[in-house]
Amino acid sequence: MGDENELLLNMTGITKRFGPVVANDRADLSVRAGEVHAIVGENGAGKSTLMKVLYGLIHPDEGAVELRGRPVRITNPGMATRLGIGMVHQHFMLIDRLTVAENLVLGMEPRGRLGVLRPGRAGQAVRELSADLGFELNPDDRAGDLSVGARQRLEIMKVIYRGADLIVLDEPTAVLTPQESAELFRIMRRLRERGKTIIFITHKLSEVMELSDRVTVMRGGKVAGVMETAGLTPSRLAELMVGRPVLEQLEKNPLEAGPAVLTVRNLTAADESGAPRLRGISFQVRAGEIFGIAGVEGNGQRELVEVLNGLRPAASGEVLLEDRGLGGQSPRRIRDRSVAHIPEDRHGRGLLLDFTLWENAVLGLQHRERFSRGWLKIGAMRRHAGRLVESFDIRTPGLDIRARQLSGGNQQKLIVAREVEQDPRLLIAAQPTRGVDVGSVEFIHRQLLDLRARGKAILLVSADLEEILTLSDTVAVIFRGRIVGQFPAEEADERTLGLLMMGREEGR
Amino acid sequence: MIIWNLIAASIRLATPLSLAALGGVFSERSGVVNIALEGMLLNGAFAAVVATHYSGNPWIGVLAALLVGVATALIHALVTVTFKADHIVSGVAVNLLALGATQFLCWVVYGNSGNSERVIGLEPWHIPLIDRIPVLGPILSGHSPLVYIALAVIVLAHFLLFKTVFGLRLRSVGEHPLAADTMGVRVTLMRYAGVLISGALAGLGGAFLSLNTHYFVKNMSAGRGFIALAAMIFGKWTPFGAAGACLLFGFLEALQMSLQGGGIPTQFIQMIPYLATMLVLVSAVGRATPPASVGRPYLKGGE
Amino acid sequence: MKRRGGHFLILQILSPAAAFVMALGVGAVIILALRENPVHIYAVMFRGGLGSLDGFGYALFSATPLILTGLAVAFAFRAGLFNIGGEGQLYIGAFLCAWAGFTLNGLPAVALIPLCVLAAALGGALWGMVPGLLKARFGVHEVINTIMLNFVAMLATNFLVNRVFKEPDQMIPQTREIAATAWIPRMAPLARRLGVGLPDSNPLNYALLLALAAAVGAYLILFRTRLGYEIRAVGQSRGAARYGGIRVGLILVLSMVISGAMAGLVGVNEVMGYRHRFLDGFSTGLGFTGIAVALLGRNHPFGVVLAAVLFGILNTGALEVDIFTDIPRELVMVLQAVIIICVVAGDMVFRRWAARRMK
Repeated sequence: MGDENELLLNMTGITKRFGPVVANDRADLSVRAGEVHAIVGENGAGKSTLMKVLYGLIHPDEGAVELRGRPVRITNPGMATRLGIGMVHQHFMLIDRLTVAENLVLGMEPRGRLGVLRPGRAGQAVRELSADLGFELNPDDRAGDLSVGARQRLEIMKVIYRGADLIVLDEPTAVLTPQESAELFRIMRRLRERGKTIIFITHKLSEVMELSDRVTVMRGGKVAGVMETAGLTPSRLAELMVGRPVLEQLEKNPLEAGPAVLTVRNLTAADESGAPRLRGISFQVRAGEIFGIAGVEGNGQRELVEVLNGLRPAASGEVLLEDRGLGGQSPRRIRDRSVAHIPEDRHGRGLLLDFTLWENAVLGLQHRERFSRGWLKIGAMRRHAGRLVESFDIRTPGLDIRARQLSGGNQQKLIVAREVEQDPRLLIAAQPTRGVDVGSVEFIHRQLLDLRARGKAILLVSADLEEILTLSDTVAVIFRGRIVGQFPAEEADERTLGLLMMGREEGR
Repeated sequence: MIIWNLIAASIRLATPLSLAALGGVFSERSGVVNIALEGMLLNGAFAAVVATHYSGNPWIGVLAALLVGVATALIHALVTVTFKADHIVSGVAVNLLALGATQFLCWVVYGNSGNSERVIGLEPWHIPLIDRIPVLGPILSGHSPLVYIALAVIVLAHFLLFKTVFGLRLRSVGEHPLAADTMGVRVTLMRYAGVLISGALAGLGGAFLSLNTHYFVKNMSAGRGFIALAAMIFGKWTPFGAAGACLLFGFLEALQMSLQGGGIPTQFIQMIPYLATMLVLVSAVGRATPPASVGRPYLKGGE
Repeated sequence: MKRRGGHFLILQILSPAAAFVMALGVGAVIILALRENPVHIYAVMFRGGLGSLDGFGYALFSATPLILTGLAVAFAFRAGLFNIGGEGQLYIGAFLCAWAGFTLNGLPAVALIPLCVLAAALGGALWGMVPGLLKARFGVHEVINTIMLNFVAMLATNFLVNRVFKEPDQMIPQTREIAATAWIPRMAPLARRLGVGLPDSNPLNYALLLALAAAVGAYLILFRTRLGYEIRAVGQSRGAARYGGIRVGLILVLSMVISGAMAGLVGVNEVMGYRHRFLDGFSTGLGFTGIAVALLGRNHPFGVVLAAVLFGILNTGALEVDIFTDIPRELVMVLQAVIIICVVAGDMVFRRWAARRMK
C-alpha cells in the first residue's frame, strides 16, 4: 500500500476521436503510488486507447497528463519509457527472429565503442533479471520459439529492464490458461511488493476482484465510475460496465442429439514449415449439439479448422460428413455440402474489407446459380444482403459502404449472418465473438443456440472458457495437437479444463 | 588459362551487382522493397561519367555517383516511408524517372541521348606481393579500385548489420516496426537510413559500370538492378549470401561473353543471365523468408 | 440506403488531376533551368496534340497502344499482380500477328483479319502466362520475372527478325510485309466522309475501336461477371478469397493471361494498322508507359482510356516540341515519370484524408 494521498498518475479530460468514433470521451484516471489499479470495461469501451495515450502511441485530442504531480506531454514510447512507464501490450511486441536477449535490450543496448553490440552483457542482464523476478528465460532462445506464457514474461522483463515504476498490462490473461494466469498474478504481487505501481486492463470481473485495490470502470469512452475494490460486488461492477442491470441468462434447451454429423478420426496435419500441428485428433459432433473445443491458441485449433474447411490438406486420418468423406475436397465443394464456417480471422479470411457490404454478403456463395451465371446477378445479391442486414440487425448506413467501415461487432454479425443463413448441416465457429461488443456477443450466442435448436451440428472452437462453458453440450480440450480430455458440459469445470489446457492431467 | 580469365572476369562483372545487391539487403532489412535499384544504378553511372568529364578526375565521378544514388534513393524513401505509397509502384516510377532523366540530361550535356563521350576510368590497383603469385595473382590483383572497395563493403555490411546497435535496430524495424517503435527505435529514421544506404551503394555500382567501360550508354544498367534483387533473395538477405549469388551471376555473364562468336546466335547467349535469374528465383522459393514486415507501410499506434 | 458512389468518383478524378498539374509544374522548373519559356514550350506541346484535327488524330493513334498496355497493367493490378512485362508481351503478340499475316496470306480478309488479331492476343497471353504460372505454382514474385521476360522477348524477336524472317535485300531490321488482306484501314477516308477533315497521311486506324472495345470488355469482366468478382477478391485478400471457395492459383494465371492478351493486341495497331510488318524494337517503352497510364487511370478501364488519350496528346506534343524548339522529346519521358510519382504519393495522402472524413 503506498501513501494513501500520493497520486502517481493523474490523467484528466482525455479525449480522442478516430473519425466519427469517440474512443475516449473526457476520461479521467487517477492512480496512487504503489497500488494495483484495474481498468474494466467491455470491448470497445476505450481502455486500450487510454493506455496508448499514456504510453505515447496515440496523441489525445484534448486532456492533460500529470506524473508525480508534474504535467507531462508524452509524445512517443521512448519518452514514456524514460518517465518510468512500462507497457505490456495485449499483442506482444516481440520480434520473433531475434533472440530473447536481443529483444530485451533493443533500444537500450549495452554498447561498446563505435556502436558495437555487447551480446555478453545482454545475456547477463537476462540472467540477472530472471533471478530477480523469479522466472527463467534463456537469453539465446529465439523469441518466436517461446511459449505464450514465456513471451509474456519476457515482455515483463523488458519493462523492468527499462526501470519502470508504473507498469501497465493490457488484457494480460487473454491468452493464458487459468494456471498461467495464477502465475502471472504471483509475479504481479511480487512486483507490487517491490514498490511498483500496476495498472491492468481487463474485462474479466473475477480478476478485478482478486487483484486490484481500486478500479476504474469505462463505458462507451467515458468513465462510469471509480471505486475501491473492497466492498464491491461483481454484479455492481457488471452493471456499471454495461449500463444496465445485467441479465446473464441465455435459454438453452436440453440436449436432443441426433446422429453424428461430423466424424473426425486420427487426423494429423502439419503447418507451413512442416512441423506437426495435429497429432491424431478424433471426435464426433452430433446433430443438435454444440461441441466446444477449448484450448490456448496455438495448440492446433487453427490447423484443425482449416483442414475441416478444405483450406489445408491433412497428412492422414479421416473426416466424414454424415458418412461421406470430406478429405481433400476444395473449400467450395465443402461449402456446397452444407458446411458453413465463421473464421477466427474476420479481416484476413471472413471479409474483403474493400468490397461493399452486398459483395461480402455473398462471399463463398458467388458461384451459386442464384447469384451468378457467368454474369453476376447483382439484384439478387443486393436483396440477399438486405435480408441479412434486417434479420441480423446489422447497423449500417447502406449496402454500398465498404466492409472496413463497419464496426468490429457489425462486421462479425455480417459474417455470422452470412454463414447461419445458409442453414448448414454443420457450422464451424472459430472464436466467434472475439473483440465484439457485449450486445453483439449476446446476439451471436443466441444465433448459435437457435441453430442448435433446429437440429444442426455446431463445432465451437474458442479460447474463451466462459463462452465454451456457456454454450457447449460437450467440451473437449486440445493441447499440442491432441484432444486431451472430453466431458459432457455438466461435468466440466474451469479448474480441470485449465489444467488440461496446460497439458497437466488430473486423474482422467 | 581461360578458366582463370573467366574467374577474374566474374569478379569484375559481379562487382556492380554486389554493390546493388548489398544496397538491396539494407533497404529490405529495414522493411522497404527496393525495385528502384535499377534506376539508382543508371543514375550513378551517368553521374560518374558527367562528373569525370567535367572534373577530369574519376574519383570525383565516383563521389558524384554516390551522391546521386543517395538523392535518387531519397525520392523512393519519401514516397514509400513518408507518403506510405506502395513500394513496388514507387520503385517502378523511380526507374522510369531515371531512364528519362539520364536520356534527357545526356542530350543536354552531350547533344545526343544515346551515349556520352569517352571519359577516363579509374587506374587499376596492383597489389604488390599478391600479383606475383602464379595463378591467383591475375585473379586477385589488377582490378579496378571499386572491386576492392566492393569487397570491403561486403565485410563491412555484414559487420554493420549483425554486430552493431544500428544493425540490430535496422533489422528490428524490418521485422516488426510496431514493436521496435514501442522500444523507442525510430522507425522512420531507420527506414530512411536503409534506403539511402542502398542508394549510395547502388550509385557506386553504377559508377563502376560506366567508368569501367569509359562511356555512358542509354539504359546501360540493362536489368542488373533486378538481377541484384534476385541475388539478394537467393542469398537470404545476408551480405555474404547476396555477394556469393552475384559472383554466380557474374560468372554467367562472363561465360555468356566468352561464348559469343561461337555457333549459337548471340541473342540466345545474351538471354542466359535473364533466364538464369528466373531459375534462381524459382529455386529460392521456400529457402528463406524475407524480413517479416518488408513492403508494408508502417502506420503508427491505433490507426 | 444512400449511395456513396458519386462522392467517391469526384475524389477519384481529383487526385490524378492534381498530380498531372504538379508534374507540369516540375516540368516548368526544368524548362526554366534550360533557359526556355515554359509557357511557350507547353503551348507548342499542346498545340501539337490539340491544335488541329490531324494533331488530335495523331494523338489518338498514339493513345491506341497505350490503352491496351494500360489495360494490361490495370487488369493484372486488380488481381494484385504487378505486370511490368507489357513490353515483352506486346513484342511477342505483334510478332505472332505479323507472322500470321505474311504466312497465311492465301486467306480472305474476313478470315485473316480475325486470325491475326487472335494471334496477337495469343502471343501476349502466352508470354503473360509464364510469370502467372510461376507465381501460382511456386509463389515467385512476378515483378522480376516479367522484367526478365521483357529482355528475353526483345532478344528473341530481334533474332527472329534479323536471322529468320528478314525482309530480303534490306538493311532495316524488319520482316516482310503482311498480306494486303490483313491490313486494317485508316480512319481518314471515313472521317472525311463524315465531315472530319483528316488527311490521308494520318495513321489513326480502326484498331482504336478494338482498343476501346477491349476497355469495355475489361470493365464488363471486372465488374459484371463472376470471374471479375473473383479476380478482385484475390487482388484484395488471398486468404479471404480462398475462404470464399475461389481457386486462387487459377485466377492468378487467368488474370495474367488476359492481361498479356491485352498487351499483345498492340500488334493489331502496329502491324496490321500501321507498318504492315514487324519492325525490330518498334516499341518506345509502350509497356512501361502503360504503367503510368494505368496508375493515372486509377486502374479502372475507363480511367485508363482517358489517361491514354492524355498521354497520346503528350506524346504528339513531345514530337512537336522536339521539332520546333530546342527541347528534346525526352522531356516527356521525365514528365511521365514525375506524373507517376505525384499520383502515387498524392494518392496515399488523399486516400487517408478521404477515409478519415468518410468513416
